[in-house]
This record gives sequence, structure tokens and C-alpha cells, in this order.
Amino acid sequence: MAEELRLVSHWSQRVHEVRIGATKQEGGSRAVTLTVGGQGALPFLFKEGALPHPPLIAAEVFDVIDEDWPETLCRDLDGMSRDPVRWAGTMIKDVQADLVCLKLSGTHPDGADKPAAEACDLVKKVLSAVDRPLIVLGCGDAPKDNEVLPVISEATKGERLLFGDVVQENYKTLTAACIADGHSIVAESPIDVNIAKQLNILVSDLGLPLDRIVINPTIGALGYGLEYAYSIMERARGAALSGDKMLAMPFICFVGQETWRTKEARVPESDSPGWGDARERGIMWEVVAAMAMLQAGADILTMRHPQAIRIVKHAITELMKG
Amino acid sequence: MALSGLDIYKLLPKTNCKKCGFQTCLAFAMQLAKKAVSLDKCPDVGAEVRALLEEASQPAIRLVEVGAGDRRFAVGQETVLFRHEEKFHHPTAIGLIVEDDVPASGLAHVLKGIHALEFERVGQKIGVQAIALHNKSGEKGRFLEQLKAVRAASSLPLILMTSSAATLKEALAVAGPERPLAYCHRVTDLASYISVCREFGVPLAFRASSLEEFSGATRQAVQSGFADLVLDIPEGRAADRLWQLTQMRRLAVKKGERSLGFPTMVIVDTAVESEAVCQAAAYISKYANILLLRTVKPEHILPLLTFRQNIYTDPQKPLQVEPNIYPIGDVSKDSPVLITTNFSLTYYTVLGEIESSRVPSYLICMNTEGMSVLTAWAAEKFGAEQIADTLVKFKLADVVSHTNLIIPGYVAMMSGDLEDKSGWRVLVGPREASGLPAYLKNL
Ligand code: SF4
Repeated sequence: MAEELRLVSHWSQRVHEVRIGATKQEGGSRAVTLTVGGQGALPFLFKEGALPHPPLIAAEVFDVIDEDWPETLCRDLDGMSRDPVRWAGTMIKDVQADLVCLKLSGTHPDGADKPAAEACDLVKKVLSAVDRPLIVLGCGDAPKDNEVLPVISEATKGERLLFGDVVQENYKTLTAACIADGHSIVAESPIDVNIAKQLNILVSDLGLPLDRIVINPTIGALGYGLEYAYSIMERARGAALSGDKMLAMPFICFVGQETWRTKEARVPESDSPGWGDARERGIMWEVVAAMAMLQAGADILTMRHPQAIRIVKHAITELMKG
Repeated sequence: MALSGLDIYKLLPKTNCKKCGFQTCLAFAMQLAKKAVSLDKCPDVGAEVRALLEEASQPAIRLVEVGAGDRRFAVGQETVLFRHEEKFHHPTAIGLIVEDDVPASGLAHVLKGIHALEFERVGQKIGVQAIALHNKSGEKGRFLEQLKAVRAASSLPLILMTSSAATLKEALAVAGPERPLAYCHRVTDLASYISVCREFGVPLAFRASSLEEFSGATRQAVQSGFADLVLDIPEGRAADRLWQLTQMRRLAVKKGERSLGFPTMVIVDTAVESEAVCQAAAYISKYANILLLRTVKPEHILPLLTFRQNIYTDPQKPLQVEPNIYPIGDVSKDSPVLITTNFSLTYYTVLGEIESSRVPSYLICMNTEGMSVLTAWAAEKFGAEQIADTLVKFKLADVVSHTNLIIPGYVAMMSGDLEDKSGWRVLVGPREASGLPAYLKNL
């Protein structure tokens, strides 16, 4: 055996580091700030390059929830879901999620159509209930998001929150607000490397530094097209490490949101004999999707079920023992 | 590792004598690289070059077949590190560990659980591949007895994890023709295991402690004429195991390292089931060809099998469903009619939701060349004109007595146009399939 049995990839660039949250000294109010990105290697290959930050789990919290969440999930959230502030607090203190991802579904014009002031008030309450960083997501209706999110951005100026999502057709308003108020942004592209890159260019052209962008590659649920985003992420991360700085952003994957729409996470045992315990099945559907995304390079996983969060958090700790 | 035309050219006589039927040696080399001709056409290549070219035409990672009959499976022959580079070829085989000291009643229960681990997803059957019988007792008699009981109750291929080559030999005397995968836990025992496996013609998985040890052991085995090997990654931290799996795949595929070009196996031996599932998911992603687990709960295995199916889907070929009108449930001439694309993910998602609504319906699966609703619409494969033509082609008017057609919510914008072109009344369904049960019940 003359030659050494080792084949190490030499990468030319690291993923941009994005810091979320600001302490008092920095002009915010967080006790803890978090950093993602910074990788100089593929996921969990510690012998190949720097992997300075563990992937994070952001607990999904909604201002208003869809009524049709499966019974087992509702039971496990134990009434919290009616009280987003308590919900956020519990997910941080008891469940030990790294941060909170607050989705303002209730602002949607087709839904509760809550006004900007009410949404802003809720964000402030969540910020005072938890001392960790926050992700704030709009409802997905472009005109309404453009009305609501800038108000929240301004009211939380200096907190260095992560706001989302901007898309190719609607990025200017929120980006401008985040530039002005010192926040970062989630840039969403429809399972497409080229659009992801294009949107990052557009957003950075407006003046947002590259280390304040996180890519949402739009994942599918386990069994529902998860492999598309999986491969898009592998391709984008490969390009990033090879020197494409317009793709060298951390990834956020909306695991909870996708998981809990699937049949497998929802149907009771009585309707699916042979699929096993419904509660555990839903949890593992979320867990396996999260584990898959971690292997594809995810930096932030948004997750919903408290038990799924605990399981994946433990798995991340194990994986990070390099 | 595959050689390029130019690599091969360098090995040919370079006389351009045309005896092979080609004008030049280079032209012949190009065809050889494409595997379009046989090397035999050139009478002038020497034995040494022949051997070199034959070696190069072997796959980077060997294919190992386990089992006999319908349930047999093959692993290995992977060609890439990332599925988008081509595809992953042979899905990770999942085997379940059964101990030889489980009493008869317990064994029946475990086997029943294992046999229930078969599911259907997007038109494909997915399930576990093997039972790994572990010689936990360390006793030969106990192992052979348990083997008999397992063979009587199950037709799944076996992995025989005996604690000695002597026990393996007796086990193979009965189970050998079923081509089980033998397993050698200590590399120091490898030679005696190999001689037993050679005698019965069965493949062998073995554990070593490092890439160097694996490499040395496989070289020796191959030199002795035995190459039906599987490499079992030693226990250790997840990141270490992922590193070894990645190195093996890379060295074999990218560097043509023959001594590591064998399928891999990982045993997930964690007592906490949720942790086992997490680890298993990671190893399905990264290069385990055989994965042994202990949990037999469907709520643990189904997500893993589903993930495996996702990862091993050919990225260039989305699964498609045969276009047709499909009756779902106890349909009549008054049943509602829905239309969707033949991208199997879309089709089976819609199908599943219609089934759970329990409203008997017709589902038209339209040929969109495997594109999903919005993509097909954008590509003009799922537009008003194409849908109108499809309704005529499938003679929908003969199937139902009404003229209502439900289209996906995402293409609501074509409603008017489609009504004009088809003469059918268009109803706009929900955007997401998950909205279908509520929609159909309130129709
Ligand atoms: S027969 Fe052999 S030597 Fe002659 S042209 Fe063909 S490849 Fe070249």
C-alpha cells in the first residue's frame, strides 16, 4: 500500500456566516445570538474543512393556526397553539429549540386578515417572552406582506431578526426595510438553483450584504418530492464551496410546514392499518425529513412537533461530535 | 474505472492496419470506450493490455447479490457521489436483526412484525430485504435451531451473523442454496470464513477497523480468488462512520481504488429507537448499501423506506403513470370527475386524497410527460386545448352522464377557456390535494 487511502476535496470558498439576533450592546435585546453558515466542507465531513456551527432548529409558532392540524399534534401542543407567546416560550425553555420561527398566517386577507399593528404587537410580545433570536414570516400574500412586514421591521430595528420570504416577483419592499433596520432575509426560490442565485443577486444589488441572506430552496415533504430540494441543495452547496459566492448562503428548510400536510403524518391508525402508531408516525415523518435535509446541507430546520425537535436536536449533537 | 477513448488508444498497437474494420486505431479505441465493439476484433493486442482493459471495464464498485428466488436483492455498482450526477442504482437493502436467543413465541411475533413491513407508495412496492440472524448466544446448536425456525417461517434473504466459521459451515450446509450473506465480525477470522463461503458460493460481509485494514483484507481475498465481499463499517461516532463511507465511495468511484470497491454495510445497534431511525436516515443518504436495524415498528420503517425511495429515484426520469380514466371506489354515471397530470407524485397524492374522502370519483390521469400541474401548464402540456382533446380521446361523455369537470386550483385561470374549448362545465378544485376530501364531501 504505497499511496495513502484518502481522498480529500479541497474547496476554495466557505459559506457566508449569517448571524441572527443582537444583544443589548449591539442594539438589540437578545441574551443569545446565533450564527449559521461558515462551512468549508460538505455536511459533517469534519476531516475535510471547517464546520464551525451546528445546524439550528427553529420552532414553528403561528399567530393563528389552521383548524385541521391532526389531533395527535394538537394534543401534544397542549393548548399552546391558541397562545403564541406561551407557545414560543415553551418551545425555547422546555423543548429547547434554538430559536423561534413566527409565521403570521393570521394576516392573510383570505383568513383572519389581522392588521399590521396587531401582528407587530405579537412580535414584540414574543420578543419579550423569549431571549433568543426570532424568524418572522409573512403570510405569503405579497401586498399584505409588503404592508405588514416593514412595520415590524421598523419596530424591531437593531434586533437583527431574520425576515421572510422574499421571492423573485416580490423582494424590493421587504429587502429595503431589512437593509434600513439591520435585519436579514430569507430568499425563496422554487426548487431551482438558477433562480436562487438570481434572487440573491437581485437582493444584494439593492444593497443587502451577502452575509444577511438565507436561501429557502422550497423543500417537499418526505415522500412528496423531498429529493428535488435535496439535490438542488447538494448542487448549490457544491457550487458555493467551489467559489460561487452568490450561492454561498446558508439554507433554511421548512420541515414542519411540509410534514404536517402529508397523509402519513395526519391519518389516524384506524384509517391506515399497517402504518403503525399515528402519533409516532407523524413525529418520525418530521424527523426523517429533517435528517435528510441535514445531509443535504441544511443550516436551519423549522420544525413543529416538540418531540421531533427533541429527537433531531439530539441527533445534531451526536453528528457534531466530529 | 472507465477509460476514455484516448486512454485506450495509448494501449493499442497504433499501426492503423485496419484489421479491426476501422480506419484507425483511434477510431477503434473510441468505439471500445463506448463499449460498441469487442476488443477481440484487433488481433494484435497483447495479453497484458487485454488484462488491463478488462480490469478497467469492471465497475468501480462490485455488485453483490444476496438471496435466491423472488426476494433476492443486489447492492453495489454505484457510480456517483451525488444523485444529481447520474443516479443511485441499487437501493440500500434494509435488514432486521433477529437474535438467536429469542424464544419461539417471541420469534413468531418478531417475524410477523417483519413480514408486515411491506407497503405501496407511488405505485411501487417498498419493503425490507433481509433478516439478519445474530448468534448472540454464541452457541452453535441454538443458532442452527433458530435458523431452522426462521427459514420455516420466512422467505426473506438471510444474513448469517455467526460467532464462528464452524457454525457458519453447518448453517450453510442447510441454507447455502438460498445464498445468504455470511458475516465475519473479526478480521482475524476472515480467512476461515472465506474458505467456508467459497465452498458454498455465498457472499461475505466482514468488519475491519480502518480503510487500510479493509483494503489489505480485500486484496488478500481477491488474490485468493474470492471477491464477493461487503464491507461492514465499524461502530463509532456518526461523523466517523459517514467519513469512512464517503471515503470508500470516493476512493472507489473517483480514484478507481479497487480494494475499496465493494458494497458497504452499516449496523445501527442503538437501543433508543428514535436515535436508530435518525442514524439510519443519515446512512441511507450517505452511502450505506446494506443497513441493519432492530426496530420493526412500521412507524419507524415506513419513513425510512420512503426516504430510500426518494433518494434512489432517477433524477432524470420522474415516475409516470399510464394516462387513462381511473375509477376510484364504487363509481356510477353521476360520480364527479377530476383531472390531474401523470407525474406519479401528483397522481398518487390526488388518488390518496380522493380515497380518503370516500367519495367515489373518476380521476383522469392526463399525459403531461411526467410534469407536475404548474410545470405542465407552463409547458402547454396541461392547457385548455390539451385537456379538451383528452376528454374526447378518453370518451368521457360515454363514462358519465353529467358534464362537470374538476380541475386543480392552481390552473383556475384556464376555466373560461377550457369551458369554451371543451363544452364541459369547469369546477375549480382546491390548490393542494389535501383540500380534496373536504371539497368532495361538500360538492
Ligand atoms: S486492428 Fe488493431 S492495430 Fe489494426 S487498426 Fe485496428 S486497432 Fe489498430
